Amino acid sequence: MKATVHVFLKPGVLDVQGKAVESALHGLGWPDVKDVRVGRVLTFDLPGSDTAAGEAEVKAMCEKLLANTVIESYRIEVA
Amino acid sequence: MKAAVIVFPGSNCDRDCKVAIERSTGATVDMVWHGDTALPDGLDLIVLPGGFSYGDYLRCGAMAALSPVMTEVIAAAGRGVATVGICNGFQILCEARLLPGALLRNEGLKYVCKPVALEVTNAQTRFTAAYQGRREVTMTVGNGEGNFFADEATLDRLEGEGQVVFRYLDNPNGSSRDIAGIINEGGNVLGMMPHPDRAFEIDLGSADGALLFQSALASA
Repeated sequence: MKATVHVFLKPGVLDVQGKAVESALHGLGWPDVKDVRVGRVLTFDLPGSDTAAGEAEVKAMCEKLLANTVIESYRIEVA
Repeated sequence: MKAAVIVFPGSNCDRDCKVAIERSTGATVDMVWHGDTALPDGLDLIVLPGGFSYGDYLRCGAMAALSPVMTEVIAAAGRGVATVGICNGFQILCEARLLPGALLRNEGLKYVCKPVALEVTNAQTRFTAAYQGRREVTMTVGNGEGNFFADEATLDRLEGEGQVVFRYLDNPNGSSRDIAGIINEGGNVLGMMPHPDRAFEIDLGSADGALLFQSALASA
């Protein structure tokens, strides 16, 4: 099973990197860009797992290490 | 008196902390490697130093919080041993959930390295008793991710319960409510971004940090 985990700062948590990128895009001629968020994507293999059991494992990994749920939310894709 | 400084791969203030504690208090200081599974007996103080543990990979302090030695640090903190996390150590304490909140990227995106004036918001803690009512102290900050964040309810609780120990007089990094340092509900775990270990002798620009280590050990 292949897993992809998307981690982003929660809405309402200031994303200063997103703000900086947004400002740069405005300066480069895309003034309409808004709400840029910079996140993190992790991909990995979890051999031998079916997707239902595997997804539960990946969720546990997110809660334990991959995301800090005080400030971040995550989204899991499995295939 | 006996203290331990935990050394993670990438810690860079571990020696500073050892020298600062020794010279400020005369305590014996053991260096404890992150992979150890036991702490020395009879510790009065545990310090998690500043630096870039595990290269700040994933999130500052995230990997260090899961180090083998942290199981023992969490147990010792639970028994009431005075525990201080400075800078990266504060980030580690938050990641380990020994303290609430998290440290975000600085609001201005810049690494900030300079002396800062701090308000001693709570001088009744075991870490600040030696300030004896002094309202303002100076220590140096050096961080890129020192912007303290917690949800509004948590911030209200921290303020209401006297858990805010230090505030910036001129906020250098966007920290919520100017918070520079907090303690846990039990009053024995302190996390702070400014470095008392860089302010323990007047030749360093300030000796105010020495009082913090003296308070911590006097309370043990």
